[in-house]
Amino acid sequence: MTVTQERVRRPQSRAAGPRPDVDGRGALKRSVGRNLTAYGFLCGALICFALFSWYPMVREVVLSFQENNFVDPGKWVGFDNFRNVIEDPAFRQAWLNTAIFSALALVVGYAVPFVLAIVLNELKHAKAYLRFVVYLPVMLPPAVAVLLFKWFYDPGAGLFNQILGTFGIPPLAWLDSTSTALISLVLVSTWMNLGTGTLIYLAALQSIPGDLYESAELDGAGLFRRIWHVTVPQTKLILLVMLLLQVVATMQVFIEPYLLTGGGPENATVTVAYLMYQYAFNFGDFGGGSALGLMLMIVLMVFSTIYLRVSREAER
Amino acid sequence: MTTRRRGLSLLLVAGLGLGAVSCGSGDDKPGAQGSGGADGPVKITVGCQPPKSNAKEREGWDADVVAFQKLHPNITIESKDAFPCINPDTFQAKLAGGSQEDVFYVYYTDVQKIIKARQAADISQYIGDVKATKDLRPDVQGVFKSEDKTYGVPRNNYNMGLVYNRKLFTQAGLNPDTPPKTWAEVQAAAKKIAGLGAGYTGFGEYSAGNTGGWHFAASLYARGGSMVGEDGKTAAFNSAEGKAVLENLKTMRWNDNAMGSKQLLQWEDLMRMMGSGKLGMMIGAPDVVQSVNNDFQGKFEDYGVTAVPESEGKSSLSGGDGYMFNPKATPEKINAGLLWLEFHELTPGQGQFNYQRAKEQGRPVGLPIPDLYGDSATGKEIVALRKQFATVPVDHFTPYVTAQASITNKLEPPKAQELYAVLDVAMSAVLTRQDADIDKLLSDAESKANKILAKNT
Repeated sequence: MTVTQERVRRPQSRAAGPRPDVDGRGALKRSVGRNLTAYGFLCGALICFALFSWYPMVREVVLSFQENNFVDPGKWVGFDNFRNVIEDPAFRQAWLNTAIFSALALVVGYAVPFVLAIVLNELKHAKAYLRFVVYLPVMLPPAVAVLLFKWFYDPGAGLFNQILGTFGIPPLAWLDSTSTALISLVLVSTWMNLGTGTLIYLAALQSIPGDLYESAELDGAGLFRRIWHVTVPQTKLILLVMLLLQVVATMQVFIEPYLLTGGGPENATVTVAYLMYQYAFNFGDFGGGSALGLMLMIVLMVFSTIYLRVSREAER
Repeated sequence: MTTRRRGLSLLLVAGLGLGAVSCGSGDDKPGAQGSGGADGPVKITVGCQPPKSNAKEREGWDADVVAFQKLHPNITIESKDAFPCINPDTFQAKLAGGSQEDVFYVYYTDVQKIIKARQAADISQYIGDVKATKDLRPDVQGVFKSEDKTYGVPRNNYNMGLVYNRKLFTQAGLNPDTPPKTWAEVQAAAKKIAGLGAGYTGFGEYSAGNTGGWHFAASLYARGGSMVGEDGKTAAFNSAEGKAVLENLKTMRWNDNAMGSKQLLQWEDLMRMMGSGKLGMMIGAPDVVQSVNNDFQGKFEDYGVTAVPESEGKSSLSGGDGYMFNPKATPEKINAGLLWLEFHELTPGQGQFNYQRAKEQGRPVGLPIPDLYGDSATGKEIVALRKQFATVPVDHFTPYVTAQASITNKLEPPKAQELYAVLDVAMSAVLTRQDADIDKLLSDAESKANKILAKNT
């Protein structure tokens, strides 16, 4: 039976008699039949999410209220794990460091790719080559990229101090100083993730109709006014999504402090995710680690909810 | 679009924010396989088979498995290789996921934590059958004990010393056969080595990833100090000895400029520096030389080990490794595992002590470790075998070996990793900040440590 025939028959059967149940089941069956392939694909995704995202999440919530040695059944301890991690002297420092890291990463890591995308979009020559160059760091495994910066930051023979030296600027301690360690991590993180952000912004910029710029130009708008009145409003949605992604990602910063500073100097780079790792894997306290993870999740959920509400209001 | 965005954000938050520490299930049941009667077939999984990249040691291990199974036809050994043999990141996950070996490898650092968490089987009623344990050093056996119960068997044992580069000593006009015995001598030697030119570091020290606290404890013990009080519930490192440890480092770092400019070093950093031949001295056990030789392009003949300066008549932080048993292992598996460990880890001339085979394979023989038996008859037998088949210059370790007679092995403190994390702050401060206030650093660390130890019931 063709789709056309089916469409023709449907009103007739409805008019013929009151058999809504049978008819409904038939419609459901047909609908399922038509979308079987889609459901098949959906099942795969659902199974993957259930196994690798939702189940670990549920387990984490459970673990955060348990003392568990993974041998005996977990013992419920109420909020003890939360109390323990909150009393940890490194707890406050970790949240503060994470907040500062996220704020700095937002200032540097959010603006730079956008500016870079605008510049790339305006270029007439070597566009493809420069896009490749900008995206290159993303292709490096994160551990390799981070270890590369370990050498760049070396206070003795490191690349950055050699560059400073050529301008007669005295060497910096970079990772070895409490005042520069965190910003040094932000630079690594920005460099590593620059390419993805730039490409997304670039795609958004290229979807802006050219006549909008032409009209603005005819109205006498200069470069910055064109960016402010055309580019920014036209890419607003992407900018908002990227902001959310950026905050969610940077609040979970782990690999940079883990590989570059081990949380030092003087806990200046201990982040919430790093502290979570310490609890779970170095102290063997999965309850404490899970409690920290749950706290981080709640903070990020609250942030996301407020952010979405505010941006929805702004849209209205 | 708003709904989509909300969905996206929730998925992001959920997917990214969680899950890192929660995989696995605690519902593992003991396997029926291999739990036959006393003489029935038993199959056990054993950890720390040398990896394929270490072909010679692996060949030796595999040959030992064949020989052992010939002796005990009812026992089947299923070897599990991993490098490193234990990884704190995967230990809990393996236990939770039910893939923990029946006989699993463990560092001394983790033994008491594992016992306390009830993650190892009590083998007290079986250990008596292992004859080789009668000659074991009591302090070494003590590592695997808690309240008179035994939970494991040692494989390696050593204590901290001072590892030094003999080649650099010669280059700097120092006599490598008379290594420093006092910290003043270490300072002088470090200064000379650092003076060899850019990139040379006289003395290297850890200060990140909990390794700084670990070496603080090593230096403290060697000066006669303690990390915790007798009851284990209060910190004891804010003492004259603790202050001396930090002041010594501060002098070498800032007054003598002998510790290089790059700090926040962790285990691999110092190994690499030692292997590159640009580092003069570091606190470490003889196994450091082995790692530097095997994995960091160093050469055995270039290094020597002596006791930690001024530690004679005092203590030295002990380290080592061994095997424990899965808490779900059946009695048959525990018995089979103990037979294997006696065969492979505890018997002179066999397994790890098969120095003749090691020499034939071209593997290094002659390091003064493991020291499981001290001066007992078994210990002497092992030392004699080691000397007979030595392939590395044994003399380079003589100062370390000679000093052992007057040095007591001291175990790590309770809540070791937590305390090390706290002391990393003091170590990194002294090495990265010239104006670091040592008294304040120690006092802050003490109050933090007291909070941690108060929970140590």
